Amino acid sequence: MATQPAKIPARTSTAALYPWRSMGISILGMVVVWGVVQWLSQSGVLNLFITQTLVIMGINVILAVSLNLITGVTGQLVLGHAAFMGLGCYFAAILTYKMGLPFPVGLIGGGLVAGLGGLVIGLPTLRLRGDYLAIATLGFGEILRIVYQNWDYVGGAVGMSPPQLANWTWVFWLAVLSVLIIWHLVDSSHGRALQAIRENEIAAEAVGVATTRHKVTAFIIGAFFAGIAGGLYGFYNYAFQPSSFDFLHSFNILVLVVLGGLGSITGSIVGAVVVTALQAALQSYPYIQNVIFALLLILMMLFRRQGLLGRYEFHLSMIFPGLRREEKGGHSDGARS
Amino acid sequence: MYRNLRNRALASVGVVAVAALVLTGCGGASSGSGGGNSSGGGSASGGSIKIGVALENTGNAASYGQSGWKGVQMAAEEWNAKGGINGKKIELDFQDTKSDPTGATQATTKLLSDGVVAIIGSSISSPTIAMAKLVESRQIPLISPTATNADVTVDPDTGKTRQYAFRACFIDPFQGQVMAKYDLDTLHAKKAAIITDVGEDYSKGLAQSFEQHFTQSGGQIVDKESYTKTDQDFRAILTKVKQANPDVVYVPGYYNQIAQIMKEARSQLGMTMPFEGGDGWDSPTLLQNAGASNLVNTYYTNHYSSDDTSPAVQNFVKAYKAKYNATPDSFAALGYDAAQILFNAIKNANSTKGADIVAALEKTDLDVVSGHITFNAQHDPVKAAVILKFDQAAGKYVFDSKVNP
Repeated sequence: MATQPAKIPARTSTAALYPWRSMGISILGMVVVWGVVQWLSQSGVLNLFITQTLVIMGINVILAVSLNLITGVTGQLVLGHAAFMGLGCYFAAILTYKMGLPFPVGLIGGGLVAGLGGLVIGLPTLRLRGDYLAIATLGFGEILRIVYQNWDYVGGAVGMSPPQLANWTWVFWLAVLSVLIIWHLVDSSHGRALQAIRENEIAAEAVGVATTRHKVTAFIIGAFFAGIAGGLYGFYNYAFQPSSFDFLHSFNILVLVVLGGLGSITGSIVGAVVVTALQAALQSYPYIQNVIFALLLILMMLFRRQGLLGRYEFHLSMIFPGLRREEKGGHSDGARS
Repeated sequence: MYRNLRNRALASVGVVAVAALVLTGCGGASSGSGGGNSSGGGSASGGSIKIGVALENTGNAASYGQSGWKGVQMAAEEWNAKGGINGKKIELDFQDTKSDPTGATQATTKLLSDGVVAIIGSSISSPTIAMAKLVESRQIPLISPTATNADVTVDPDTGKTRQYAFRACFIDPFQGQVMAKYDLDTLHAKKAAIITDVGEDYSKGLAQSFEQHFTQSGGQIVDKESYTKTDQDFRAILTKVKQANPDVVYVPGYYNQIAQIMKEARSQLGMTMPFEGGDGWDSPTLLQNAGASNLVNTYYTNHYSSDDTSPAVQNFVKAYKAKYNATPDSFAALGYDAAQILFNAIKNANSTKGADIVAALEKTDLDVVSGHITFNAQHDPVKAAVILKFDQAAGKYVFDSKVNP
């Protein structure tokens, strides 16, 4: 991150496109993807395992994109993303499963508690940098895990087993929503400030970027979406336990982001999709799945350190050049590279 | 421009790679159905019965799952050698639960997608609870070798038995009951002290049940102490226990802390009374870390003992040693038992329909390695527990007695 040449890339803002046409195509595309999968899984063409893999893919997309906001875009190395996810999961379960509130209330409540967690951990620790922040967030996750373990109300070490309320529809549209929100955030002046912090925090501060405020905001938003993903996770998998949210899980989320390309939202999505599909494909080979997965990671880091997509982003205008509005001195491509 | 082209090329490669992975994932789902077969002699009537096995192969419970898997494989091979279940060969489909509820859900959906008629798994409680809820919706029977939490077979929200979930092991509180009975009847103890690992439901469950049964039958609890997994020094609590002067000390914890507790109690505080625990003591690590001299006069309850002289146990131990060149632990024995119970039920049901297998499982009345087994209304087995006693001459825990509920 910091070792790369400091360059705030020029990028085509959505304003340079035909926004309505572009939005129309996006929505149409998403409805088609959602509808086709929904129809195929309802009719039994996609078996239970494939449907489940697609749902997990969606949850992983939310996790990867939200961590990418903190680690990829803002450059803050965090090893406690699963802790935010766990907060969301536990509080969604408390609100819905224990208190009997509707599922959407539980999900949002869980997300808000996770966001609050982001604020609580963010304010004191964002003064730390690099490795120190990573260790502090790692500690945060471990503290929460031990709290759950000793809290009988939430099931102690065995955890809770809420009913399955989340499904493909919930996960798909929430994943779309979180990607859209984070995409537009990165594309805003706030996003520019975050990238400036990533490239050089001192310089950013010198030109008047309120670094702490921006960092904490990124932290809260990232944590909020991790909390939403946690709620979906808990209400899809029938059961969860404190160790479902340990540092190993945080690490796995970081792998999605690094594999996809730090800083690229498209990359995070691709990373989440590729890794989930790979793990599903290796499910039938229990003896060698971890070995293959680890080998791929090593190869990746040897030959393509910047991740699958680097900092490259995908825009609809790449498929439909007609969406691009002719502009004097406009950018030749929608890619941010 | 070159850069853009290159990026575009990469993007398409990425998309193709993803598509390929998804497709191979699907392909794996259909072709995987043939994978993981256990070999055996062909049978006259042909056909096969596919049984799913979802156990821990990675993660922190991997050693339990791997032992259990060996036991299951052995049972399947024995049945296949005798012609399978009603002439149909047993095919095993093995998936890793990764010691986690999510991994267990993934493994189970994979098995359900592969079309198994019943599932054996998993070794620990949280993943098994997730599995029990999932199989319920698909009417596929599940039998866990060693998941001991009460919620595995009973839905805590409704208090009703989960229709499709069974287990081959007794549940946690039973061990406390057995130990209390042994203390009163055999060791003639009147006063007991209890030391609990407050971070573990397992430990709390055993302690609670021990206290209840010990006091009900006229015993007295003279001291109760607690510790957590991260504690390194137990002298403070042991000193209090020593002052209370109990006849026995019940410590239903896990072997790591037990080793330290035994070292301090025997060598440093000179406490000589019996120390006892549950199957959490069952690990070679205990002897390595505590040392033989510190374990004299200690007992624990367990599911089975490889020293048990009954022919069922001895035949099993001999066959296991011949196949794997190791002494089977209780996870292997219970994996073997779970498979035996399930195969037997499918044979008696003479059907592979979930509801028929469940009806046959409920009628189970069978001698297996860990004793004679029947199921109660909660789908928990009713069977004996064994008491193991440390034998200094042999340098290991040996079979002491079998206690019936």
